[in-house]
Amino acid sequence: MIRIGIDVGGTNTDAVLLDGTKVVAGVKAPTSRDVMTGVVEALRKVLAAAGREAATVDVVMIGTTHFTNAVVQRRDLAQTAAVRLCLPATECLPPMVDWPEDLRTVIGNHWYLAHGGNEFDGRVISPLDEAELRGIADDIRGKGIRSVAVTSVFSPVSTEFEERAGAILADALPGVHITLSSSIGRIGLLERENAAIMNACLRDLSQEVVAAFRGALADIGFTGRFFLTQNDGTLMDAAFAERFPVLTFASGPTNSMRGAAFLSGVQDAIVVDIGGTTTDVGSLQKGFPRQATLAVEVGGVRTNFRMPDVFSIGLGGGSLVVDSPDGVTVGPRSVGYRISTEARIFGGSTLTTTDIVVADGGATLGDAAKVSGLDRGLIRRARDRIAFMLEDCVEKARISAEPLPVIVVGGGSILVEGPIAGLELIKPDHFAVANAVGAAIAQVSGEVDRVYSLAEMGRDEALSDAKAKATEAAIAAGAHPDGIEIVDVEDVPLAYLPGNATRVRVKAVGDLHVA
Amino acid sequence: MKTIRTFDVADMEDVAVGGAVLGTGGGGDPYIGKLMAQEAIRKHGPVRLADVGDLADDALVVPVCMMGAPTVMAEKLPQGDELMRAFGALEQRMGRKVDAVICIEAGGVNSTTPFVVAAASGLPLLDGDGMGRAFPELQMVTFTMFGVASTPMVLCDDKGNALVLDTISNQWTERLARAATVEMGGSALLAAYPMTGAIAKKSMVRGTLSLCARIGSTLRETRAAHGDPVAALCALLGAQTLFHGRIADIERKTVGGFARGRAVLNGLDQNRDQVLHLDFQNEFLIAERDGEVLVTTPDLITAVDAETGAPVTADGLRYGQRLVILAWPCDPIWRSKAGIDLVGPRYFGYDRDYLPLA
Repeated sequence: MIRIGIDVGGTNTDAVLLDGTKVVAGVKAPTSRDVMTGVVEALRKVLAAAGREAATVDVVMIGTTHFTNAVVQRRDLAQTAAVRLCLPATECLPPMVDWPEDLRTVIGNHWYLAHGGNEFDGRVISPLDEAELRGIADDIRGKGIRSVAVTSVFSPVSTEFEERAGAILADALPGVHITLSSSIGRIGLLERENAAIMNACLRDLSQEVVAAFRGALADIGFTGRFFLTQNDGTLMDAAFAERFPVLTFASGPTNSMRGAAFLSGVQDAIVVDIGGTTTDVGSLQKGFPRQATLAVEVGGVRTNFRMPDVFSIGLGGGSLVVDSPDGVTVGPRSVGYRISTEARIFGGSTLTTTDIVVADGGATLGDAAKVSGLDRGLIRRARDRIAFMLEDCVEKARISAEPLPVIVVGGGSILVEGPIAGLELIKPDHFAVANAVGAAIAQVSGEVDRVYSLAEMGRDEALSDAKAKATEAAIAAGAHPDGIEIVDVEDVPLAYLPGNATRVRVKAVGDLHVA
Repeated sequence: MKTIRTFDVADMEDVAVGGAVLGTGGGGDPYIGKLMAQEAIRKHGPVRLADVGDLADDALVVPVCMMGAPTVMAEKLPQGDELMRAFGALEQRMGRKVDAVICIEAGGVNSTTPFVVAAASGLPLLDGDGMGRAFPELQMVTFTMFGVASTPMVLCDDKGNALVLDTISNQWTERLARAATVEMGGSALLAAYPMTGAIAKKSMVRGTLSLCARIGSTLRETRAAHGDPVAALCALLGAQTLFHGRIADIERKTVGGFARGRAVLNGLDQNRDQVLHLDFQNEFLIAERDGEVLVTTPDLITAVDAETGAPVTADGLRYGQRLVILAWPCDPIWRSKAGIDLVGPRYFGYDRDYLPLA
């Protein structure tokens, strides 16, 4: 199988071409304002570098920051109605209550509370009221809103209410996009509802973007299928991506971690991705990034959907090095993409981490003579400071006492002098385009997160039920039914309740089913 | 009554952070309670904080709080009127107007719930609470030691149900109310422990709500000034830095609905080559360094991120986190025999005596 992986980042659009599991070529092109021009350029470059025709490529996988940026910049967002099935519960805090005012205003602050919803153990809060929902549909139609997010209390326990309400609204509002919260988020009403509403407001944009990708690929003569990558390192096909654009949030760090696992052949490791301004650190478990357990904000909105547990520190190849009587500081300020003119070795006047490394003989880059006069003591102190910063974040990312290896990727990898925190260090080939490789090799997943009442079934029974549901979800998402693996199982008892309720989270992953 | 200070919408951010610190690892995330308080303040105006010393001895004081699983409350949010319904029903039952609202638990989600009632009723909120921290059971309040009955109590759910309890002991109230809370969907809101101003003066842990706000503002301002938030927090609380280390292991199990466990931290800096064991049952209860017990409940133990000073709950503990463990003495009220019987290590099933922290 011949695959192309593309990663659209803030500065560069990277592309790689893989033949089977071999990386044939990897290229970088500047990200363009319209995104598509940069994508097409990267595609043409990678095909030329690999010496292949577009028609010989089987699949293209794309990781993109389009949708995150749309929310962050509050542009191209559709008017959206939030319908919550809950009454009489939850009335105290309406949908979007904790959103930044400007974002809420952009999408219209349209919300409706209706009857429905479940208790933690599956009991019904109140029955669904079809007439009430049809009334809401009339109002939505009257306002000309074309996208609706439906959220029911405890829908991760039972999706029934959301599905029935979704069907009623779809019937009453032909052609309107319906997003169900249970297909996106997990327990935590406001966070899941937020994710559903953000997804809904991106539905128009997602249609445009997916069509534009389709057009760009057709232009270069590609005839196969294409996919977008999700934040959990797995794929969604074009039709699914149109419906769930919010799942692309934070796919960049995920792709670089997955790429690192692939390039190094190591499945359990700490990944350090050093760029120009920041370093992203996360941990790989069975080849996938560990997921965050705390709420993550996107564009000022609190969410709890599947995000990699990656954190960033202000350390990169362009980070400023400042000496003072209190000691040397490194970052968080950086010259960023201006490194090629502002760093000392490139004739500039700013002392950066890259200058320190070159002065110390750690890399051959630019004009080393321009930093030959640097104080040896300063060089040592700066390198020690960098080593301390890397060690601290690697320790934070570790999830067990097991001596996992550290995989270093990204353009700023030269900052690494030797083993970090005494762990084995791996710098794989093609480390600079690990993110595009991660997109190219992405698999397909299914996930379940729900509360089980252990009074009704035993823990083992609950876990196997969750595993079966996760496997079904993976197959529905396009995984080959053979060789699906359960990669993550977690059960957390609900505190402050007498022992019978437990929250179970399971994820299943399989290879893409290419028909 | 004289107003010590007022709380506006933005002030609730600070209170919620302070509530999480005083949560000593438990008590639930104050997030939902904070949003509810902010909505109530937007609708009714700022909350006035008052000193219990200014209260008439024959005044009537009523605490309110949430009971049940904070995880449930974060999914099935309250309807919104539960606290006021419970409060109003109890007032009616007492046959007289309530003069002030009081906080039962300054740690966790219940640091914020009384603000909802204070805003909606327009009554002053007393600066203090019945624990000075978080504890898991209803009878674990200083009020119990002063003979205050937890009942009459009114427990309300989102549907409009209200349950009035009259019990023979505060332990029985815990038992019956816990069962009713499960029936009500795992999270309910209540008003209980009606008491006179005279008793409130004697029994409450004073100053804890203004302390919550100061904890939040201290952390916020120190971070903004690029100072050391942990050091600033220690100074404010009069806490000692028990340990600076990384989590090396966490053991968890669930017994009777309570998350029990033990975390192991390996030392850094001044604690290099030392090991700290932290026992928790929702809240952090015992800290042991190199086999020597240093702190026991009800003295306070809190875990904060070593860099930001942000509180970390027992639920949120994860391998590799670099934490500073702080400890400081509980309110002297807890240090009597009755107090230790109620919330000391033996009540939680640990075979050791309370060891007062200096």
